[in-house]
Amino acid sequence: MAEIPILKIGDCLLVSIQVDMHDRLALALQDDLTERIVADRARGVMIDISALEIVDSFIGRMLNNIAAMSRVLDAVTVVVGMRPAVAITLVELGLGLTGVRTALNVDKGLALIRRIIDTPERDDADRFR
Amino acid sequence: MSEHRNIIHSLIDQHYQALLTDWLACQKRDAGSVVTQRGAENSELAKRFLDEFRRGASAGQLDDIGTPQWAPMRELLDDLSRDRAVQGYSSSETAVFVFSLKEPLFALVRRELSGNSEQLASATWTLSRLIDQFGLYTIESYSKSREDVINRQQQELLELSTPVVELWEGVLALPLIGTLDSSRTQIVMESLLERIVTSGAEMAIIDITGVPTVDTLVAQHLIKTISAARLMGADCILSGIRPQIAQTIVHLGLELNVVSKATMADALALALRRAGKMVVDRKQPATPEA
Repeated sequence: MAEIPILKIGDCLLVSIQVDMHDRLALALQDDLTERIVADRARGVMIDISALEIVDSFIGRMLNNIAAMSRVLDAVTVVVGMRPAVAITLVELGLGLTGVRTALNVDKGLALIRRIIDTPERDDADRFR
Repeated sequence: MSEHRNIIHSLIDQHYQALLTDWLACQKRDAGSVVTQRGAENSELAKRFLDEFRRGASAGQLDDIGTPQWAPMRELLDDLSRDRAVQGYSSSETAVFVFSLKEPLFALVRRELSGNSEQLASATWTLSRLIDQFGLYTIESYSKSREDVINRQQQELLELSTPVVELWEGVLALPLIGTLDSSRTQIVMESLLERIVTSGAEMAIIDITGVPTVDTLVAQHLIKTISAARLMGADCILSGIRPQIAQTIVHLGLELNVVSKATMADALALALRRAGKMVVDRKQPATPEA
Protein backbone atom coordinates (compact mmCIF):
# COMPACT_ATOMS: atom_id res chain seq x y z
CA MET A 1 0.00 0.00 0.00
CA ALA A 2 1.38 3.39 -0.97
CA GLU A 3 2.17 5.70 1.90
CA ILE A 4 1.60 9.43 1.72
CA PRO A 5 4.80 11.28 2.62
CA ILE A 6 4.71 14.00 5.29
CA LEU A 7 7.34 16.70 4.81
CA LYS A 8 8.50 19.08 7.50
CA ILE A 9 9.01 22.75 6.66
CA GLY A 10 10.05 24.74 9.74
CA ASP A 11 7.27 24.13 12.22
CA CYS A 12 4.81 23.17 9.51
CA LEU A 13 4.02 19.78 8.01
CA LEU A 14 3.27 19.43 4.31
CA VAL A 15 1.15 16.58 3.00
CA SER A 16 0.77 16.30 -0.74
CA ILE A 17 -2.02 13.97 -1.80
CA GLN A 18 -1.31 12.64 -5.26
CA VAL A 19 -3.01 9.27 -5.31
CA ASP A 20 -6.61 8.17 -5.03
CA MET A 21 -7.67 8.11 -1.40
CA HIS A 22 -9.44 5.17 0.09
CA ASP A 23 -10.47 4.24 3.61
CA ARG A 24 -7.30 2.56 4.83
CA LEU A 25 -5.01 5.12 3.27
CA ALA A 26 -7.00 7.92 4.90
CA LEU A 27 -6.84 6.22 8.30
CA ALA A 28 -3.10 5.62 7.90
CA LEU A 29 -2.61 9.27 6.97
CA GLN A 30 -4.56 10.45 10.02
CA ASP A 31 -2.46 8.16 12.23
CA ASP A 32 0.86 9.27 10.75
CA LEU A 33 -0.08 12.92 10.77
CA THR A 34 -1.21 13.07 14.37
CA GLU A 35 1.94 11.21 15.43
CA ARG A 36 4.11 13.65 13.51
CA ILE A 37 2.32 16.74 14.83
CA VAL A 38 3.06 15.60 18.35
CA ALA A 39 6.60 14.38 17.61
CA ASP A 40 7.65 17.48 15.68
CA ARG A 41 5.63 19.94 17.74
CA ALA A 42 4.19 21.24 14.50
CA ARG A 43 2.01 24.35 14.60
CA GLY A 44 0.66 24.10 11.09
CA VAL A 45 -0.45 21.41 8.64
CA MET A 46 -0.69 22.04 4.94
CA ILE A 47 -2.57 19.59 2.73
CA ASP A 48 -1.84 20.03 -0.96
CA ILE A 49 -4.61 18.69 -3.20
CA SER A 50 -3.49 20.32 -6.44
CA ALA A 51 -3.02 16.89 -8.01
CA LEU A 52 -6.59 15.82 -7.29
CA GLU A 53 -9.06 16.20 -10.12
CA ILE A 54 -11.90 14.69 -8.16
CA VAL A 55 -12.70 15.47 -4.54
CA ASP A 56 -15.76 13.67 -3.26
CA SER A 57 -17.59 13.75 0.04
CA PHE A 58 -15.24 11.10 1.42
CA ILE A 59 -12.14 13.21 0.90
CA GLY A 60 -14.07 16.27 2.07
CA ARG A 61 -14.87 14.53 5.35
CA MET A 62 -11.29 13.32 5.68
CA LEU A 63 -10.02 16.90 5.31
CA ASN A 64 -12.50 18.08 7.93
CA ASN A 65 -11.41 15.28 10.28
CA ILE A 66 -7.72 16.09 9.88
CA ALA A 67 -8.45 19.76 10.54
CA ALA A 68 -10.40 18.91 13.69
CA MET A 69 -7.66 16.57 14.94
CA SER A 70 -4.96 19.13 14.30
CA ARG A 71 -6.99 21.79 16.09
CA VAL A 72 -7.11 19.58 19.17
CA LEU A 73 -3.31 19.30 18.95
CA ASP A 74 -3.07 23.11 18.56
CA ALA A 75 -2.05 23.14 14.92
CA VAL A 76 -3.85 24.99 12.14
CA THR A 77 -4.76 23.14 8.96
CA VAL A 78 -4.72 24.80 5.57
CA VAL A 79 -5.88 23.06 2.41
CA VAL A 80 -4.03 24.41 -0.60
CA GLY A 81 -4.10 24.10 -4.36
CA MET A 82 -7.74 23.28 -4.98
CA ARG A 83 -8.66 23.48 -8.65
CA PRO A 84 -11.54 25.70 -9.78
CA ALA A 85 -13.53 22.74 -11.10
CA VAL A 86 -13.09 20.91 -7.81
CA ALA A 87 -14.22 23.99 -5.86
CA ILE A 88 -17.36 24.32 -7.98
CA THR A 89 -18.17 20.62 -7.59
CA LEU A 90 -17.73 20.74 -3.81
CA VAL A 91 -19.98 23.78 -3.54
CA GLU A 92 -22.62 22.14 -5.74
CA LEU A 93 -22.44 19.09 -3.47
CA GLY A 94 -23.04 21.37 -0.50
CA LEU A 95 -19.60 20.68 0.97
CA GLY A 96 -18.19 24.04 1.93
CA LEU A 97 -15.37 22.54 4.06
CA THR A 98 -16.33 25.14 6.63
CA GLY A 99 -13.96 23.82 9.28
CA VAL A 100 -10.89 24.14 7.10
CA ARG A 101 -8.73 27.10 6.12
CA THR A 102 -7.81 27.34 2.45
CA ALA A 103 -5.14 29.02 0.36
CA LEU A 104 -4.39 29.19 -3.33
CA ASN A 105 -0.97 27.53 -3.27
CA VAL A 106 1.71 26.24 -0.91
CA ASP A 107 3.38 29.64 -0.82
CA LYS A 108 0.27 31.47 0.29
CA GLY A 109 -0.62 28.60 2.60
CA LEU A 110 2.67 28.95 4.46
CA ALA A 111 2.14 32.72 4.73
CA LEU A 112 -1.38 32.15 6.08
CA ILE A 113 -0.14 29.69 8.70
CA ARG A 114 2.58 32.16 9.74
CA ARG A 115 -0.02 34.90 10.04
CA ILE A 116 -2.35 32.78 12.16
CA ILE A 117 0.43 31.48 14.43
CA ASP A 118 1.90 34.95 14.95
CA THR A 119 -1.41 36.59 15.84
CA PRO A 120 -3.38 33.92 17.65
CA GLU A 121 -5.87 36.33 19.23
CA ARG A 122 -7.39 37.40 15.89
CA ASP A 123 -7.65 33.76 14.95
CA ASP A 124 -11.35 33.18 14.78
CA ALA A 125 -12.75 36.31 16.32
CA ASP A 126 -13.04 38.78 13.46
CA ARG A 127 -12.85 36.46 10.51
CA PHE A 128 -15.75 34.99 8.68
CA ARG A 129 -14.23 31.84 7.30
CA MET B 1 -46.35 10.00 -62.06
CA SER B 2 -43.36 9.72 -64.33
CA GLU B 3 -45.11 11.51 -67.14
CA HIS B 4 -45.83 14.55 -64.91
CA ARG B 5 -42.26 14.59 -64.00
CA ASN B 6 -41.21 14.71 -67.60
CA ILE B 7 -43.89 17.24 -68.43
CA ILE B 8 -42.90 19.47 -65.54
CA HIS B 9 -39.24 19.20 -66.35
CA SER B 10 -39.72 19.96 -70.03
CA LEU B 11 -42.10 22.83 -69.25
CA ILE B 12 -39.57 24.50 -67.00
CA ASP B 13 -36.84 23.80 -69.49
CA GLN B 14 -38.67 25.28 -72.44
CA HIS B 15 -40.10 28.33 -70.73
CA TYR B 16 -37.18 28.97 -68.40
CA GLN B 17 -36.60 32.60 -69.31
CA ALA B 18 -40.28 33.59 -69.37
CA LEU B 19 -40.87 31.85 -66.06
CA LEU B 20 -37.95 33.65 -64.44
CA THR B 21 -39.14 37.06 -65.66
CA ASP B 22 -42.70 36.44 -64.49
CA TRP B 23 -41.52 35.14 -61.16
CA LEU B 24 -39.34 38.16 -60.50
CA ALA B 25 -42.26 40.41 -61.37
CA CYS B 26 -44.45 38.53 -58.89
CA GLN B 27 -41.81 38.78 -56.21
CA LYS B 28 -41.49 42.48 -56.80
CA ARG B 29 -45.22 42.88 -56.37
CA ASP B 30 -45.59 40.61 -53.30
CA ALA B 31 -42.40 41.00 -51.36
CA GLY B 32 -41.74 44.68 -51.96
CA SER B 33 -38.79 45.91 -49.97
CA VAL B 34 -36.60 42.77 -50.08
CA VAL B 35 -36.62 42.64 -53.85
CA THR B 36 -36.23 46.36 -54.45
CA GLN B 37 -33.41 46.66 -51.93
CA ARG B 38 -31.50 43.65 -53.15
CA GLY B 39 -32.53 43.39 -56.80
CA ALA B 40 -29.42 41.95 -58.42
CA GLU B 41 -28.75 39.46 -55.65
CA ASN B 42 -32.38 38.42 -55.63
CA SER B 43 -32.51 37.68 -59.36
CA GLU B 44 -29.27 35.74 -59.02
CA LEU B 45 -30.89 33.68 -56.26
CA ALA B 46 -34.04 33.16 -58.30
CA LYS B 47 -31.94 31.95 -61.22
CA ARG B 48 -30.08 29.51 -59.01
CA PHE B 49 -33.37 28.32 -57.55
CA LEU B 50 -34.87 27.63 -60.97
CA ASP B 51 -31.71 25.85 -62.09
CA GLU B 52 -31.85 23.59 -59.06
CA PHE B 53 -35.57 23.11 -59.52
CA ARG B 54 -35.00 22.03 -63.10
CA ARG B 55 -32.21 19.68 -62.12
CA GLY B 56 -34.22 18.18 -59.27
CA ALA B 57 -37.30 17.74 -61.44
CA SER B 58 -35.29 15.99 -64.14
CA ALA B 59 -34.24 13.34 -61.63
CA GLY B 60 -37.85 12.66 -60.69
CA GLN B 61 -39.04 12.23 -57.10
CA LEU B 62 -41.36 15.19 -56.83
CA ASP B 63 -43.02 14.01 -53.62
CA ASP B 64 -40.28 14.31 -51.11
CA ILE B 65 -37.62 17.01 -50.94
CA GLY B 66 -35.67 15.09 -48.27
CA THR B 67 -34.01 12.91 -50.90
CA PRO B 68 -30.37 13.36 -51.93
CA GLN B 69 -31.10 14.83 -55.35
CA TRP B 70 -32.69 17.86 -53.67
CA ALA B 71 -29.65 18.37 -51.42
CA PRO B 72 -28.26 21.33 -53.44
CA MET B 73 -31.74 22.89 -53.35
CA ARG B 74 -31.94 22.52 -49.58
CA GLU B 75 -28.52 24.09 -49.27
CA LEU B 76 -29.66 26.99 -51.41
CA LEU B 77 -32.74 27.49 -49.21
CA ASP B 78 -30.61 27.24 -46.07
CA ASP B 79 -28.31 29.96 -47.39
CA LEU B 80 -31.26 32.12 -48.34
CA SER B 81 -32.95 31.80 -44.93
CA ARG B 82 -29.76 32.39 -43.00
CA ASP B 83 -29.04 35.45 -45.08
CA ARG B 84 -32.51 36.91 -44.62
CA ALA B 85 -32.62 36.06 -40.92
CA VAL B 86 -29.32 37.81 -40.25
CA GLN B 87 -30.45 40.87 -42.21
CA GLY B 88 -33.59 41.05 -40.11
CA TYR B 89 -36.28 40.29 -42.68
CA SER B 90 -39.46 38.70 -41.39
CA SER B 91 -40.32 35.06 -42.00
CA SER B 92 -43.09 35.91 -44.48
CA GLU B 93 -40.77 38.19 -46.42
CA THR B 94 -38.44 35.21 -46.67
CA ALA B 95 -41.07 32.65 -47.58
CA VAL B 96 -42.64 34.86 -50.24
CA PHE B 97 -39.53 34.22 -52.31
CA VAL B 98 -40.61 30.60 -52.71
CA PHE B 99 -44.39 30.93 -52.66
CA SER B 100 -44.49 33.62 -55.31
CA LEU B 101 -43.29 31.03 -57.82
CA LYS B 102 -46.72 29.38 -57.69
CA GLU B 103 -48.51 32.02 -59.68
CA PRO B 104 -46.30 32.08 -62.80
CA LEU B 105 -45.75 28.34 -62.64
CA PHE B 106 -49.44 27.53 -62.43
CA ALA B 107 -50.18 30.00 -65.22
CA LEU B 108 -47.60 28.28 -67.35
CA VAL B 109 -48.98 24.82 -66.62
CA ARG B 110 -52.53 25.96 -67.34
CA ARG B 111 -51.48 27.54 -70.61
CA GLU B 112 -49.55 24.52 -71.80
CA LEU B 113 -51.77 21.73 -70.57
CA SER B 114 -55.16 23.33 -71.14
CA GLY B 115 -56.03 20.57 -73.63
CA ASN B 116 -55.83 17.80 -71.05
CA SER B 117 -57.69 18.60 -67.85
CA GLU B 118 -56.70 15.34 -66.17
CA GLN B 119 -53.01 16.06 -66.70
CA LEU B 120 -53.45 19.70 -65.74
CA ALA B 121 -55.05 18.91 -62.41
CA SER B 122 -52.50 16.34 -61.43
CA ALA B 123 -49.51 18.46 -62.51
CA THR B 124 -50.91 21.42 -60.56
CA TRP B 125 -51.32 19.27 -57.48
CA THR B 126 -47.79 17.87 -57.72
CA LEU B 127 -46.28 21.32 -58.18
CA SER B 128 -48.34 22.83 -55.40
CA ARG B 129 -47.19 20.19 -52.96
CA LEU B 130 -43.59 20.56 -54.03
CA ILE B 131 -43.55 24.31 -53.66
CA ASP B 132 -45.31 24.08 -50.29
CA GLN B 133 -42.56 21.77 -49.13
CA PHE B 134 -39.90 24.21 -50.31
CA GLY B 135 -41.71 27.03 -48.52
CA LEU B 136 -42.07 25.11 -45.28
CA TYR B 137 -38.44 24.08 -45.42
CA THR B 138 -37.46 27.70 -45.91
CA ILE B 139 -39.48 28.82 -42.91
CA GLU B 140 -38.10 26.04 -40.72
CA SER B 141 -34.58 26.88 -41.73
CA TYR B 142 -35.34 30.57 -41.19
CA SER B 143 -36.50 30.02 -37.61
CA LYS B 144 -33.49 27.84 -36.95
CA SER B 145 -31.18 30.60 -38.12
CA ARG B 146 -33.08 33.07 -35.95
CA GLU B 147 -32.69 30.80 -32.95
CA ASP B 148 -28.97 30.50 -33.61
CA VAL B 149 -28.69 34.28 -33.71
CA ILE B 150 -30.60 34.60 -30.43
CA ASN B 151 -28.52 31.90 -28.74
CA ARG B 152 -25.31 33.52 -29.84
CA GLN B 153 -26.42 36.91 -28.60
CA GLN B 154 -27.48 35.42 -25.28
CA GLN B 155 -24.07 33.82 -24.89
CA GLU B 156 -22.29 37.04 -25.77
CA LEU B 157 -24.45 38.96 -23.34
CA LEU B 158 -23.63 36.46 -20.59
CA GLU B 159 -19.92 36.85 -21.17
CA LEU B 160 -20.16 40.60 -21.48
CA SER B 161 -22.05 41.02 -18.26
CA THR B 162 -19.68 39.07 -16.00
CA PRO B 163 -16.34 40.85 -16.02
CA VAL B 164 -13.77 40.22 -13.29
CA VAL B 165 -11.74 43.35 -12.63
CA GLU B 166 -8.46 43.59 -10.78
CA LEU B 167 -8.81 46.62 -8.50
CA TRP B 168 -5.48 46.27 -6.78
CA GLU B 169 -2.74 43.72 -6.59
CA GLY B 170 -4.47 40.77 -4.97
CA VAL B 171 -7.91 42.39 -4.93
CA LEU B 172 -10.50 41.35 -7.52
CA ALA B 173 -13.87 42.97 -8.09
CA LEU B 174 -16.89 41.23 -9.55
CA PRO B 175 -19.58 43.75 -10.45
CA LEU B 176 -22.75 41.76 -11.00
CA ILE B 177 -25.38 43.30 -13.23
CA GLY B 178 -28.77 41.76 -13.89
CA THR B 179 -30.55 38.80 -12.42
CA LEU B 180 -28.50 35.89 -11.11
CA ASP B 181 -29.80 32.59 -12.43
CA SER B 182 -28.06 29.23 -12.28
CA SER B 183 -26.38 29.43 -15.68
CA ARG B 184 -25.07 32.91 -14.96
CA THR B 185 -23.86 31.89 -11.52
CA GLN B 186 -21.95 29.07 -13.15
CA ILE B 187 -20.20 31.47 -15.53
CA VAL B 188 -19.59 34.05 -12.80
CA MET B 189 -18.11 31.39 -10.55
CA GLU B 190 -15.90 29.94 -13.26
CA SER B 191 -14.52 33.29 -14.37
CA LEU B 192 -13.92 34.39 -10.78
CA LEU B 193 -12.09 31.18 -9.87
CA GLU B 194 -10.01 31.28 -13.04
CA ARG B 195 -9.01 34.84 -12.23
CA ILE B 196 -8.14 33.89 -8.65
CA VAL B 197 -5.78 31.24 -10.00
CA THR B 198 -4.11 33.49 -12.60
CA SER B 199 -3.80 36.57 -10.42
CA GLY B 200 -3.23 34.86 -7.08
CA ALA B 201 -5.72 37.23 -5.47
CA GLU B 202 -6.65 36.69 -1.82
CA MET B 203 -9.58 39.09 -1.77
CA ALA B 204 -12.62 39.33 -3.99
CA ILE B 205 -15.26 42.04 -3.80
CA ILE B 206 -18.65 40.94 -5.11
CA ASP B 207 -20.67 44.03 -5.94
CA ILE B 208 -24.42 43.52 -6.26
CA THR B 209 -25.40 47.13 -7.02
CA GLY B 210 -26.73 45.99 -10.39
CA VAL B 211 -28.71 43.03 -9.09
CA PRO B 212 -32.33 44.17 -9.02
CA THR B 213 -33.65 41.78 -6.36
CA VAL B 214 -32.15 39.35 -3.92
CA ASP B 215 -34.41 36.43 -3.12
CA THR B 216 -33.54 33.12 -1.52
CA LEU B 217 -32.39 31.67 -4.84
CA VAL B 218 -30.07 34.58 -5.65
CA ALA B 219 -28.74 34.44 -2.09
CA GLN B 220 -28.11 30.73 -2.54
CA HIS B 221 -26.12 31.47 -5.71
CA LEU B 222 -24.15 34.19 -3.94
CA ILE B 223 -23.33 31.83 -1.07
CA LYS B 224 -22.14 29.19 -3.55
CA THR B 225 -19.87 31.66 -5.30
CA ILE B 226 -18.48 32.89 -1.99
CA SER B 227 -17.79 29.38 -0.67
CA ALA B 228 -16.14 28.33 -3.93
CA ALA B 229 -13.85 31.37 -3.76
CA ARG B 230 -13.11 30.54 -0.15
CA LEU B 231 -12.12 27.00 -1.12
CA MET B 232 -9.62 28.57 -3.50
CA GLY B 233 -8.19 30.57 -0.63
CA ALA B 234 -9.81 33.92 -1.42
CA ASP B 235 -11.93 35.92 1.02
CA CYS B 236 -15.05 37.57 -0.34
CA ILE B 237 -16.52 40.92 0.60
CA LEU B 238 -20.06 41.67 -0.46
CA SER B 239 -20.71 45.26 -1.47
CA GLY B 240 -23.34 47.43 -3.09
CA ILE B 241 -26.17 46.32 -0.88
CA ARG B 242 -29.03 48.77 -1.32
CA PRO B 243 -31.25 49.63 1.66
CA GLN B 244 -34.26 47.71 0.31
CA ILE B 245 -32.09 44.67 -0.30
CA ALA B 246 -30.73 44.82 3.25
CA GLN B 247 -34.35 44.79 4.45
CA THR B 248 -35.26 41.91 2.15
CA ILE B 249 -32.30 39.86 3.35
CA VAL B 250 -33.35 40.32 6.97
CA HIS B 251 -37.04 39.68 6.29
CA LEU B 252 -36.22 36.47 4.43
CA GLY B 253 -33.94 35.43 7.30
CA LEU B 254 -31.01 34.84 4.97
CA GLU B 255 -27.66 34.15 6.55
CA LEU B 256 -24.93 35.12 4.10
CA ASN B 257 -22.01 34.61 6.53
CA VAL B 258 -19.85 37.11 4.74
CA VAL B 259 -18.44 40.54 5.46
CA SER B 260 -20.64 43.05 3.70
CA LYS B 261 -20.24 46.73 2.98
CA ALA B 262 -22.70 49.26 1.66
CA THR B 263 -20.47 50.57 -1.11
CA MET B 264 -17.63 49.28 -3.24
CA ALA B 265 -15.42 52.09 -1.84
CA ASP B 266 -15.83 50.77 1.71
CA ALA B 267 -15.14 47.26 0.51
CA LEU B 268 -11.96 48.33 -1.27
CA ALA B 269 -10.80 50.20 1.83
CA LEU B 270 -11.32 47.06 3.91
CA ALA B 271 -9.56 44.90 1.34
CA LEU B 272 -6.56 47.24 1.29
CA ARG B 273 -6.43 47.32 5.07
CA ARG B 274 -6.46 43.53 5.21
CA ALA B 275 -3.71 43.42 2.61
CA GLY B 276 -1.69 45.70 4.88
CA LYS B 277 -1.91 48.70 2.55
CA MET B 278 -2.74 52.25 3.51
CA VAL B 279 -4.00 55.17 1.47
CA VAL B 280 -2.60 58.50 2.71
CA ASP B 281 -3.12 62.12 1.82
CA ARG B 282 -0.07 63.41 -0.05
CA LYS B 283 -0.22 66.89 1.51
CA GLN B 284 -0.38 65.63 5.10
CA PRO B 285 1.57 62.41 5.49
CA ALA B 286 -0.20 60.23 8.02
CA THR B 287 2.98 58.95 9.61
CA PRO B 288 5.71 61.61 9.59
CA GLU B 289 9.23 60.23 9.39
CA ALA B 290 10.71 61.16 12.70
